[in-house]
Amino acid sequence: MESKNNKIVKLDMKQYGMFFALIIIYLVFALLTGGANMTPMNVNNLIMQNGYVVILAIGMLLCVLTGNIDLGVGSVVAVTGAFAGIIMMDLKMNMWVAIIAALLVGLLTGIFAGFFIAYLGIPPFVTTLATMLMGRGLTYTLLQAQTKGPFEPSYNFIGAGFLPVIKIPFAGGTLDLVSIIVAIAASVLLILAEIKSNATKKKYNFAVNPTWQIALKLGVMLFIIWFFFYKLARYNGLPFVLLIMVILIAIYGFVTTKTVAGRQIYALGGNRKAANLSGIDTNKVFFWVYVNMGLLSGLAGIVLSARNGSATPKAGDGFEMDAIASCYIGGAAVAGGSGSIMGAVVGAFIMGILNNGMSLFGWSTDIQKIVKGAVLLGAVTVDLLSKRKKS
Amino acid sequence: MSDYILEMNHITKEFSGVKALDDVNIKVKKGEIHALCGENGAGKSTLMNVLSGVYPYGTYSGDILYKGEHCKFHNLRDSEAKGIVIIHQELALSPLLSVAENVFIGNEQTSMKGVIDWTETRRRAQEMLAKVGLEHEDVNVPVNSLGVGKQQLIEIAKAMAKKVELLILDEPTAALNDEESKKLLDIMLELKNHGITCIIISHKLNEIEYVSDSVTIIRDGKTIETLVKGVDDYSEDRVIKAMVGREMTNRYPVREGVNIGDVIFEVKDWNVYHPDDENRQMLKNINIKVRAGEVVGLAGLMGAGRTELAMSLFGHSYGQKISGKVLINGKEVQLKTVKDAVKNKLAYISEDRKTYGLNLIGDIKENMTIAARPFFFSKHGVINDNDEIVEAQKYREKINVKSNSINQVVGSLSGGNQQKVVVSKWMMTQPDVLIMDEPTRGIDVGAKYEIYCVINDLAKQGKAIIIISSEMPEIIGTCDRSYVINDGEIAGELSKEEITQEKIMQCIMAHNRKGDGNGIEE
Repeated sequence: MESKNNKIVKLDMKQYGMFFALIIIYLVFALLTGGANMTPMNVNNLIMQNGYVVILAIGMLLCVLTGNIDLGVGSVVAVTGAFAGIIMMDLKMNMWVAIIAALLVGLLTGIFAGFFIAYLGIPPFVTTLATMLMGRGLTYTLLQAQTKGPFEPSYNFIGAGFLPVIKIPFAGGTLDLVSIIVAIAASVLLILAEIKSNATKKKYNFAVNPTWQIALKLGVMLFIIWFFFYKLARYNGLPFVLLIMVILIAIYGFVTTKTVAGRQIYALGGNRKAANLSGIDTNKVFFWVYVNMGLLSGLAGIVLSARNGSATPKAGDGFEMDAIASCYIGGAAVAGGSGSIMGAVVGAFIMGILNNGMSLFGWSTDIQKIVKGAVLLGAVTVDLLSKRKKS
Repeated sequence: MSDYILEMNHITKEFSGVKALDDVNIKVKKGEIHALCGENGAGKSTLMNVLSGVYPYGTYSGDILYKGEHCKFHNLRDSEAKGIVIIHQELALSPLLSVAENVFIGNEQTSMKGVIDWTETRRRAQEMLAKVGLEHEDVNVPVNSLGVGKQQLIEIAKAMAKKVELLILDEPTAALNDEESKKLLDIMLELKNHGITCIIISHKLNEIEYVSDSVTIIRDGKTIETLVKGVDDYSEDRVIKAMVGREMTNRYPVREGVNIGDVIFEVKDWNVYHPDDENRQMLKNINIKVRAGEVVGLAGLMGAGRTELAMSLFGHSYGQKISGKVLINGKEVQLKTVKDAVKNKLAYISEDRKTYGLNLIGDIKENMTIAARPFFFSKHGVINDNDEIVEAQKYREKINVKSNSINQVVGSLSGGNQQKVVVSKWMMTQPDVLIMDEPTRGIDVGAKYEIYCVINDLAKQGKAIIIISSEMPEIIGTCDRSYVINDGEIAGELSKEEITQEKIMQCIMAHNRKGDGNGIEE
């Protein structure tokens, strides 16, 4: 009985551990920068700057669940941005054509990689190393090594715009009521979800976490929500990118936990042969995972080019590494078969807070890379060591 | 001082408060073959890991006396330096390296420090192979080009190269057929003549009876007793009684109240070619029929093509150029993919649960429901959590999967309970026909009994069941009828009364003779 209870506490510590790490890192940089990373504008920047990493991390998690990675996403981000730019600037076509074209190009690169990986059996590492090189080369060729821009404001809205606001004067500034209403709605949903989940656990006689743990978890999450939304309300309201992120998190969270297709990815990552003999077409799963990654890379390409208001040949350089690191920091197993969308998103924010904090503190990008590398290594080491102890 | 080479006294080992070994005592005489018996999880492997230093000195209490010396091993190297070598169940060979290199892996023959002397390596490898009866093997071929039986012997050769005095074999024959097992056991007897002491862990009691001089039985982390050949009752039943702590009057539960119905599964003229070699025919004109409620065995030697038959039927998971007909419930069905097979009510429980059956990092519920999910637990691709939980709970209790909850990770269960999870997985797909490939391999006597009970239950429900087993007593004990398969063909069919080990072997031998006369290609 006792060991059983211990297990639950440990398990939950891992779940919350990421959130605590997020908060602690944030606080450390708040201290170092004298609170500069807590200003409403900076909180807003955090969301906008990390939008594309979050989008990529969500797609990457599915690749990581299969036990693989996709190295090509950074290049695909650049290619799709370049296509969008050429369509709008050179062909003078509508922004919707550009958006659809960019998503289509992303989808095609996904189909390309997925075909080689799933149906020809080429290792994903090799295939996506190839798409990475090809994509980057294609971008330089398409853009003739020039930056293309500036784009029309209606396109840039995707990456830099805000949802409608109702501003009221508040504490020497303004406060956006829409943000506050959304925060209230989110809090209510969160609490209801927790109550429902516990009711289910009780119904099936599963061990229910101690009340103090539930309360602590809810408290921390509510705190994070309100902190972000309050800061956003004090600035320009809710960024459009946030809406995209929330929708993606909801969709992919649902797909990975509640659908047959989603669970098949986990089964494949856990044991491919067993998955095959359980009636899962593992080639098909592989194919769609990489097609999906291509599509999301296209979306990230749009968001990035929209935020920059231009397409550049170097866009998205190294994003694949940020996305992969986000998944691992978020607790996904390197060998596949375990990990969560929420984990990948939190991982992406940990990376984002690190980047942002170090920039504010005035560290060069060189130093930033060293720190990010160390954090990645540290997170995976802690994760693996704690698992080893358990077994 | 004494004729004991090894004495382990009052060994106690705890894992986070749980006693895996509780005051275990074992004495092994010099030059004998000493068997260690017990159900899975009884503590045999833990005890051997204590002895070989895998669990270093200080993490256990008690005393190890080896050749009269108190031992304080901190790792495997310490124990190997003293001549204690352990060969684990899973082979520790590097498949693509040559035989010679494998024999001296970690113990390389060097001319200068760090530089391998290949001539010496090959010469001495040959020498070592001769000691295990493999003098005619080429030491330069990659080790994976040899069969499992020979690979096991190469493990022993590897131990010989380390100047072994006490050899520990952990289930050495688990993956071997009868012939290979016999060869390995004879090599052990040969080693004994050369003064090497052996400890053998095995579930196969007939082998223990054949090869060992004494047997120590462990149950629930405690030593129960040591029996000596020629002194005590040394029969299988006696050993089983000590292992399970009760008399096992019947190892196979009686199947009662089963009405054997019409033929519901039929295979006609089934031909399959090797997946990598389209000219090599693996299965030739197989015809089998199974009735509702009938349990039919597929007996034969390892490599006879039984697993290949099962897998080729199950969604063409093996082979190419497959031809022939499959009829389920009188209707011809196309089973091109595993999904087709599941849809058409066919289930296949694979022989190697860890490689082909389970997602070891997934939990019990996930593993149980994965195959049935598209058909029973979801609507438009969205999973119904409640149904899954209820069903998984039901099966966990029904076939007694010993676990904390359905959320326990499958990798942490014992072999028998893992097997029950695999069986549940396929019961959940509600098949009419079940093919069970080595359903009780590597699981303890108690769990075996429970699996047999499940088989009886399924027969009672009118399912057609095919059992593939290399343990002939299992075929004899559970089947209503059996086909004998040899060299990819049906070598014979035996009714319940006819199934005996002798009959099965006779079928195989007769078929072999016929095969030689006719030639293979027809």
